[in-house]
Amino acid sequence: MAKIIVVTSGKGGVGKTTSSAAIGTGLALKGHKTVIIDFDVGLRNLDLIMGCERRVVYDFVNVINKEATLSQALIKDKRTKDLFLLPASQTRDKDALTTEGVEAVLNELSKDFEYIVCDSPAGIEKGAQMALYFADVAIVTTNPEVSSVRDSDRILGILQSKSRRAEQGLPPIEEHLLVTRYNPDRVSEGEMLSVADVEEILAIPLLGVIPESEAVLKASNQGTPVILDGQAEAGQAYSDAVDRLLGEERPLRFTDVQKKGFFKRLLGG
Amino acid sequence: MSDNDFRLKGSVVTTVVLEVKTPNLEQIKLGLKEKIAQVPQFFNQAPLIIDINQCSEPVSLDLFQTLVAGCRELGLAVIGWRTSEGEIPSWRFDCELPLLPNANSRQINIKSETPAPAKDPHVVIKTVVEEREVSQPTKLITKPVRSGQQVYAPGDLVVVSQVSAGAEVLAEGNIHIYGALRGRALAGVKGDTSARIFCKNMEAELVAIAGNFMLSDALQKIIWKDAAQVLLVDEALEIASL
Repeated sequence: MAKIIVVTSGKGGVGKTTSSAAIGTGLALKGHKTVIIDFDVGLRNLDLIMGCERRVVYDFVNVINKEATLSQALIKDKRTKDLFLLPASQTRDKDALTTEGVEAVLNELSKDFEYIVCDSPAGIEKGAQMALYFADVAIVTTNPEVSSVRDSDRILGILQSKSRRAEQGLPPIEEHLLVTRYNPDRVSEGEMLSVADVEEILAIPLLGVIPESEAVLKASNQGTPVILDGQAEAGQAYSDAVDRLLGEERPLRFTDVQKKGFFKRLLGG
Repeated sequence: MSDNDFRLKGSVVTTVVLEVKTPNLEQIKLGLKEKIAQVPQFFNQAPLIIDINQCSEPVSLDLFQTLVAGCRELGLAVIGWRTSEGEIPSWRFDCELPLLPNANSRQINIKSETPAPAKDPHVVIKTVVEEREVSQPTKLITKPVRSGQQVYAPGDLVVVSQVSAGAEVLAEGNIHIYGALRGRALAGVKGDTSARIFCKNMEAELVAIAGNFMLSDALQKIIWKDAAQVLLVDEALEIASL
């Protein structure tokens, strides 16, 4: 049986798709056969971040409606072995997702894959609820600011009450906190919540802290998951998060203010 | 909302029930008079329910009204009557008194100082304690109450975790929160003014007891991010440290 991971947040624009692409790629790099599903029907983005937008023929909704088979719709990643993508439909809306249809697709994928990463749309409506309904593990993506934290809290409540595991009285979804766009300088100046603040409010274990980085934007525009950029702090932070997800221990990095060197201070860097 | 104009509340009153066993009015009246003479203060304007369930013969409207008049003459305040559900008489709506439901109540016989006169077997007077304090089990929540979630407890509520901002916990009794209270907590929602809220870390958006509430702005000036209890003193909320 595959492990179903939902990447969710409640709020939009916090980095769900970036994180889905990075974590899915990271799992595949570790040798686990992984598929990433874009649940954001109508606002398809994951294919852009993964750099395979020109290879989309059939999509998730086609498979649900049995207009295409899974093997026709799945896109094999060209860079990373063991990585596949199931794109969302751009021309439909979230009503195209039915519980039975999603379940059938997930069951079929479970036979072949070790990990199924569900990239949730923003909000708490049908699309987001479909993405999290069958999950075993949730990665709650949060920016260190109050509105994002509150929306994440709301999503945690939905994970505990409206998921399949909650409805059937199974063991609850494993919850992980992923803090993204973290800027230690702004935290020290009191402009941003600290990791400790976010952890205290949400009270779930921390999976990782991804520093705010230009590399993320660059990677998105180039269609390369940022985790493949081994030089970037954000890429390294995602690698650490994937390792922790697989049960390994990694010290927290990039959460402290970097001391500026003599030349940097002199040149005003 | 017209909270200032009136308030609806549930209330429990101890009443006396007169169980009529025979339609022998004169005897009943005599017996009652004697009973009343033993403890006149107790019976003066005491609320009385007439129970005709055990009467040996069907009671006519005429007889019933005479009985009511007789009771009133003796200084009793008749507030209603009872009978078994299967034998409701046709004059039910003509007697101008409410037909009350039968309560599964405990019975307490009054012990008079002098031995009860045994000569009148027709009248038995019982006080029926209608006050039934049914204790509700305490509701226990062990996981955080998240934003958007609402928890209601018909008795006391114990949360062994936090209550997030945007979450709401309500209880008819007390609320105990062994974590941070960042959302709303409303205790005594059915009007219990003795209910209290206890929390380990007060950061609430709103606290309320029996409809009297206080918002975070006011709370911040009293106790903030510290252990606190909220109680009602003379219809005003008081926030005390724990």
